[in-house]
Amino acid sequence: MSLFEGRGLACRRGERWVFAALDFALPAGGALLLTGPNGSGKSSLLRVMAGLLPPAEGSLLWDGAPLRAEPEGHRRRLHFLGHQDAVKPVLSARENLAFWAALRGGAAAAETLERALAAFRLEALAEVPARLLSAGQKRRLALSRLLASPAELWLLDEPSVGLDRASDRALAEALAAHRAGGGRIVASSHVPLELPGAETLDLDAFAATSAEPWPDADWSEAPWSEIP
Amino acid sequence: MHRFANPGRFLRLARVLLPWFAVASVLGIGIGLGLGLFVAPPDYQQGDTVRIMYVHVPSAWMALFVYTNIAIASAVALIWRHPLADLAAKASAPLGAGFTFLALITGSLWGKPMWGTYWVWDARLTSVLVLFFLYLGHIALSSAFDDPQRGRRAAAILALVGFVNVPIIKFSVDWWNTLHQPASVIRLDGPTIHPDMLWPLIAMALGFTFYYLSLLLVRLRSELLESRIRALESSMVAEGRAPRLATAGGEA
Amino acid sequence: MERDSVKAFLGIVGRDLRLALRQRADALMVVLFFVLTGALFPFGLGPEPNLLARIAPGIIWVTALLAVLLSLERLFLADYEDGALELMALSPLPLSAIVLAKALAHWLTTGLPLMAAAPLIALLYNLDEAALPLTLATLALGTPSLTLIGAVGAALSLGARRGGALIPLLVLPLTIPVLIFGVGAIDAELAGLSTKPHLLLLGAILVLALPFAPIAAAAAIRQAVE
Repeated sequence: MSLFEGRGLACRRGERWVFAALDFALPAGGALLLTGPNGSGKSSLLRVMAGLLPPAEGSLLWDGAPLRAEPEGHRRRLHFLGHQDAVKPVLSARENLAFWAALRGGAAAAETLERALAAFRLEALAEVPARLLSAGQKRRLALSRLLASPAELWLLDEPSVGLDRASDRALAEALAAHRAGGGRIVASSHVPLELPGAETLDLDAFAATSAEPWPDADWSEAPWSEIP
Repeated sequence: MHRFANPGRFLRLARVLLPWFAVASVLGIGIGLGLGLFVAPPDYQQGDTVRIMYVHVPSAWMALFVYTNIAIASAVALIWRHPLADLAAKASAPLGAGFTFLALITGSLWGKPMWGTYWVWDARLTSVLVLFFLYLGHIALSSAFDDPQRGRRAAAILALVGFVNVPIIKFSVDWWNTLHQPASVIRLDGPTIHPDMLWPLIAMALGFTFYYLSLLLVRLRSELLESRIRALESSMVAEGRAPRLATAGGEA
Repeated sequence: MERDSVKAFLGIVGRDLRLALRQRADALMVVLFFVLTGALFPFGLGPEPNLLARIAPGIIWVTALLAVLLSLERLFLADYEDGALELMALSPLPLSAIVLAKALAHWLTTGLPLMAAAPLIALLYNLDEAALPLTLATLALGTPSLTLIGAVGAALSLGARRGGALIPLLVLPLTIPVLIFGVGAIDAELAGLSTKPHLLLLGAILVLALPFAPIAAAAAIRQAVE
């Protein structure tokens, strides 16, 4: 069975090490829940997994093959949901959704879009300019993107932020359906997220101890004494 | 390639090299100025004003030389992610801008007796002016980000784009100049050069090069220490501790 | 796969055009700026018709360049701020193709309107009517280069403090050749000389900018969305 793996991952933001020596393995149908305090690198790890942020050390593998070799193939199989909703205020909800679906390969069938909107109870608001939507409704529109075009790997950064209880349920259903179809999910969350059987990855355990601005920095030979 | 990525080793190497570079720089500039001001003959047309050339021409050379260095360092930084390369590019930019500015000032001081005005849109001066603007853009970009590394990497892309453009800009300015001022401008440098004038030029060029290298070492050293301090500070902040006033030793 | 890529490319162009259409004020402002700045110079230089006719090519080109500069910030900034740019960077389409699509939409909503407004400036300045088609031709060849070179500057300034003020500083020196050959062609036409070398050089810049500027801008965007 194919595995999505990370081996010995380390991440640097600016000149700070965020985490180091991190391993994970995610089989088809599996889920990974990222936990940890602010600044422990949950978002950074998701960006590393998406290929937005190159890891400072280590490698990502899909089915044993390094992702660095074929970044475009990886982009084809993933959905990324960041902190921002990427919703254009002057486009209608449906136009927003249709654009992202089309960008990921071919125009999606109309009924797929309808289903995606309906899954997050947006069908009544489909023609409304997105500037009129509330923050929670915009988040739901961003979530419906996951259903508007198929992708095997979902990388979700705090997916449930700003959702009401009913939408929470809709999200849980979408996640369960995705996994039942063999999809994989990596999600970060502060609040409990309904992911039965998900493996938990506590990023606090991988906090980097080194404060060096360079991976292989060796200051032992540095002539500190002559600097005032 | 990554041998000098070891900052400790680099700092040690810098400590050994710096005095030699500094002495070579003083010697080169001293000999160049001595020869240029007292030994080299005055020009039969321009008289003693020609002596400005011994500062102007090497400055203009340095302006291009440093920009080339920045482009090479930027390419190394982007392709191999060598950690010292983008620092070197960033540390070089103000030095190159300084040489460019010197070339502009001396050019315009030279222009006053020759053309009767401080500024003429001569093709060479104009190209140097555009190069100065390229330097300013580079410096502004590399310091425009909260994350200094991000600034350096953005500036590296700009340096490469600029470097590709330098010949195009030079060509277009020459074209524009011949179009608008057909061959009436006195060129700043004569067609042939007397050996007595060549030696001071070479000495000055060498002196300027070592001056650049010395300052580059000093600037690189302080950039290295600064980034280490920042790294220590930000890792303290990440642990929820407030950094005390940063100490140069970095041993918090 | 090929067809999907073309569809995705056109999808971005279409979306940006639709966004521009629904926010017409932005594109309109650029044209208004062009016309107003152009109309301002006679107040500083005096109404002497011969002088104005002589400097018209330069005025048209310099104001067009400034107008394009003014519009560059919106090329990527909105998409960067609302997270759309990072999603685009994660789409299967190569990022340089996305930059090219956005640049095309940008040119259609700035370069093209500027060309439409240029005859008005030519009229105000008494530019020889025979030179008007050539003026438009230089703009048609030159403004796409301005957009492409500008895209690099706009991408580099994403996430920077004072991003808007930074763009002109980065872009202006790089656009000097376009300005020189654009004005040079019109001047040559007015002087009865051959315009061909200028136009060829303008074309050469565009041919160089078409592949390389999107690559550089894409590299800059990758840094911005890390």
